[in-house]
Amino acid sequence: MLRTVISRTFPQVFRISACQHSTIPAPNVHPDVHYNKIFINNEWHDAVSKKTFPTINPATGEVICHVAEGDKADVEKAVKAAKDAFKLGSPWRRMDASHRGLLLSRLADCIERDAAYLAELETLDNGKPYAISYSVDVPMVVKCLRYYAGWADKWEGKTIPIDGDYFCYTRHEPIGVCGQIIPWNFPLLMQAWKLGPALATGNTVVMKVAEQTPLTALYVASLIKEVGFPAGVVNIVPGMGPTAGAAIASHMDVDKVAFTGSTDVGHLILKASSDSNLKKVTLELGGKSPNIILSDANMEEAVEQSHFALFFNQGQCCCAGSRTYVQESIYDEFLERSVERAKKRIVGDPFNFNTEQGPQVDEQQFQKILGYISSGKSEGAKLMCGGGPAADRGYFIQPTIFSDVKDDMKIAREEIFGPVMQILKFKSLEEVIERANDSKYGLAAAVFTQNIDKAHYISSGLRAGTVWINCYDVFGVQAPFGGYKASGIGRELGEYGLDNYTEVKTVTIKVPQKNS
Amino acid sequence: MTSSKVELRGEVKNDPAALMASLHLVPSPVPNPEIKYTKIFINNEWHDSVSGKVFSTYNPATGEKICDVQEADKADVDKAVQAARSAFSLGSVWRKMDASERGKLLFKLADLVERDSAYLATLESLDTGKPFLSSFFVDLQGTIKTFRYFAGWADKIHGSTIPIDGEYFTLTRHEPIGVCGQIIPWNFPLVMTAWKLGPALSCGNTVVLKPAEETPLTCLYIAALVKEAGFPPGVVNILPGYGPTAGAAIASHMGIDKVAFTGSTEVGKLIQEAAGKSNLKRVTLELGGKSPNIIFADADFELAVEQAHQGVFFNNGQCCTAGSRIFVEEPIYDEFVRRSVERAQRRTLGSPFDPTAEQGPQVSAEQRSRVLELIQSGITEGAKLECGGKAPPSKGFFLEPTVFSDVQDHMRIAKEEIFGPVQQIMKFKTIEEVIERANNTEYGLAAAVFTTDLNKAMTVSTALQAGTVWINCYNALSCQCPFGGFKMSGNGRELGEIGLKEYTEVKTITMQMSGKKS
Repeated sequence: MLRTVISRTFPQVFRISACQHSTIPAPNVHPDVHYNKIFINNEWHDAVSKKTFPTINPATGEVICHVAEGDKADVEKAVKAAKDAFKLGSPWRRMDASHRGLLLSRLADCIERDAAYLAELETLDNGKPYAISYSVDVPMVVKCLRYYAGWADKWEGKTIPIDGDYFCYTRHEPIGVCGQIIPWNFPLLMQAWKLGPALATGNTVVMKVAEQTPLTALYVASLIKEVGFPAGVVNIVPGMGPTAGAAIASHMDVDKVAFTGSTDVGHLILKASSDSNLKKVTLELGGKSPNIILSDANMEEAVEQSHFALFFNQGQCCCAGSRTYVQESIYDEFLERSVERAKKRIVGDPFNFNTEQGPQVDEQQFQKILGYISSGKSEGAKLMCGGGPAADRGYFIQPTIFSDVKDDMKIAREEIFGPVMQILKFKSLEEVIERANDSKYGLAAAVFTQNIDKAHYISSGLRAGTVWINCYDVFGVQAPFGGYKASGIGRELGEYGLDNYTEVKTVTIKVPQKNS
Repeated sequence: MTSSKVELRGEVKNDPAALMASLHLVPSPVPNPEIKYTKIFINNEWHDSVSGKVFSTYNPATGEKICDVQEADKADVDKAVQAARSAFSLGSVWRKMDASERGKLLFKLADLVERDSAYLATLESLDTGKPFLSSFFVDLQGTIKTFRYFAGWADKIHGSTIPIDGEYFTLTRHEPIGVCGQIIPWNFPLVMTAWKLGPALSCGNTVVLKPAEETPLTCLYIAALVKEAGFPPGVVNILPGYGPTAGAAIASHMGIDKVAFTGSTEVGKLIQEAAGKSNLKRVTLELGGKSPNIIFADADFELAVEQAHQGVFFNNGQCCTAGSRIFVEEPIYDEFVRRSVERAQRRTLGSPFDPTAEQGPQVSAEQRSRVLELIQSGITEGAKLECGGKAPPSKGFFLEPTVFSDVQDHMRIAKEEIFGPVQQIMKFKTIEEVIERANNTEYGLAAAVFTTDLNKAMTVSTALQAGTVWINCYNALSCQCPFGGFKMSGNGRELGEIGLKEYTEVKTITMQMSGKKS
């Protein structure tokens, strides 16, 4: 993910030199946890039930701290706060749009100020390498919030040349109370992707953060208060999906729900909406993204990018390039080089600057991935490297590559969400487009070729919300992201992302006589 | 320009306790402000003029000289254009910069202006004569907000992909035009600097800007902040100087791709002519006005009197948008005149640094004599002078708030832009009549209508030939909303998304693509 930042601010991410270390502050590997409660109305609350849950350091399996566990009753409180903050005449509703933008921009400034601490906390809770947290996740968060800060007073309605003696215009109004449920793979970044457009357009928010990684989002809550968002505009409830998440998705006073996570849960969210108040739903779900390497591609680039496409973030990316289709004539060389590259991948302590890969996020994910690896073996794919745990404690998995993968194998059809690469062989363009599209998913895809016609032919033929050409995981906040088919509904980021948080109101006025 | 209302931050506005607390926070001017920058700004460095010449800038409240400023001429413009061209060359730091980074620099510039607000407002009042609180709350806020607004646009200026016929794929890029000449007036030196720099830099252009010779000081201070914010050398170049020399050199320069001018219609014509005679550079103009302000009998009377007063007297009458033709419906005409005169007589004149003064001096002796000459013509042509009409016996270029009634459409004071504190009040009977009379002018910058009747508001606002129409308000300008003139009030629009169009070239890229699919 987020290649732009890597290439611009953190080149050679996989081989960090001593001088590049100097631009990243040395981490405190035991950052203090300041906030572990529920954030409602700009105040910190215990759970109504008084329950808590532990959050674990995945590099050691040890408990970091206990966090208040939000459930239905807490969601109830949060929704009430958000609804009050959204009332006609409230400070938030009366605020100039440009001032909403200024608050978002100030929030970005505060996150930038506390970048090192947030990166430490993100690494502690999630396991991703600190160098990545600091130079990819946090800068992308800052950029996202600044980007949507700019939109606040630019989200324009229209005046419309309606037939008849009427004057017609549209207003882009906020939807109201937005439920937002975010995953654990990019806790800070997913929070920014959700808050940026929702707040720029003037909504209020009840957000549930993932139970695996609640800590950074709660710290950001304190910054939201610090910069001066009115009470109740943002409410953050740590908790479990089946309880707190379900309460949000089925709440009658939540006007919209946005979810990022698995396709299975996406189905539940949509169903909860239809069973309750038909709240608007946007979903950003799983993927099994094809990455197509043509024989004329720059081999070295293609190998490195394909490695990055799959292994980045411990393989825990919804857009991971997990079906690498390589053209027959270069298949063997590509495979050999990919294995060589994977074997060089440094797995270890996420606070070590040399580490490329940390642990998987939790025991459950760890077991699930090992299960996929054994299914690959039993279905007849050839294990080229890795295939097992990479350490005695913590949830580390060896970088793993399968060759001779067939399209009908589980590892070629299901989302593994781990450091397991599948390399498949193809002969013709027509064939590879058909095979690439033969998936219930349609999140992302890539093609590597130097031929302009082939690049266009494949990029327009693929059924995917994002197609990268000669690159992978290039994310700019300016460019929309989202899925075809079962990979989701709607688009996040870019101007398109504002649609998800807007109701359009058409106002038509009778006039005595129309003139052009 | 920009609304004359005092802007408070949202949370202050909405919290009575904070509002009370803010009363103790009324800003004060910086005593004896040091003048730090008086030279020509090229390539992020300060230069003397090639000719060695300087000119003086004056405090209009006293007529005394503030300081000498380096006087740019053709040779300096050549240097600046060279700097701007090289900053714009392919592969330069500025051309390679991410659009979001351009936005970040503009945002930083806004923060720096905010940091130095009190100093800049002091300097603005010293050099232009406008009341300090007005400088602080209107000009500085307008400047900061404009920079922030265009900062946000930088990475949102989208091209499109286009479903072209045939086996092709088409996309557009919105590219910067190149080197932009910008020539700005003296009535809102800071705000005009922001209106020009904001969109030009947001779109990625480079700039050669000439501030007015009457008021160069705040613009030069902004140059220092441009450098501090981190804009690469040559992106912004600021050349104080005169219109017929430096201004003309910009307008006719073969190395300048676009010129934007705000000022008089007379000079606007010269600019367009110079562009035509040289390299057909793109031209945008924001020129004069004689804006009608129409008051119906059903209007909220108090509101209409006060807004009509502010509409013409704000900024000492020196607004291109000034509501200088007040058309009042017959049944309320006499009472409206009486109340307007009463209000004008209450208007307090004084030092720009006196917090109770609503009106400072005119910007220069020359401007004041022009206004006095037009007042005399009003008297001679038979309009009724209700109050004012003279220069008070004091140092500085002050003028009494002046009101004329019984003004006829053919009089000079009803046709020409006065640019001073002189209000013309006319009478009308029907809606059709007032629309026709309001439109019967070479200008078309702004207009307003005061009525509580929705139908009248819709009818008049759609029929008026003006770039901006205010309904039950006046001078409610904001950086989100486009602004510019119909007819001889200008070409193009500034502010808003549409303001970006004036600083971009659209490039259509079409490539052959066999096997096209939807």
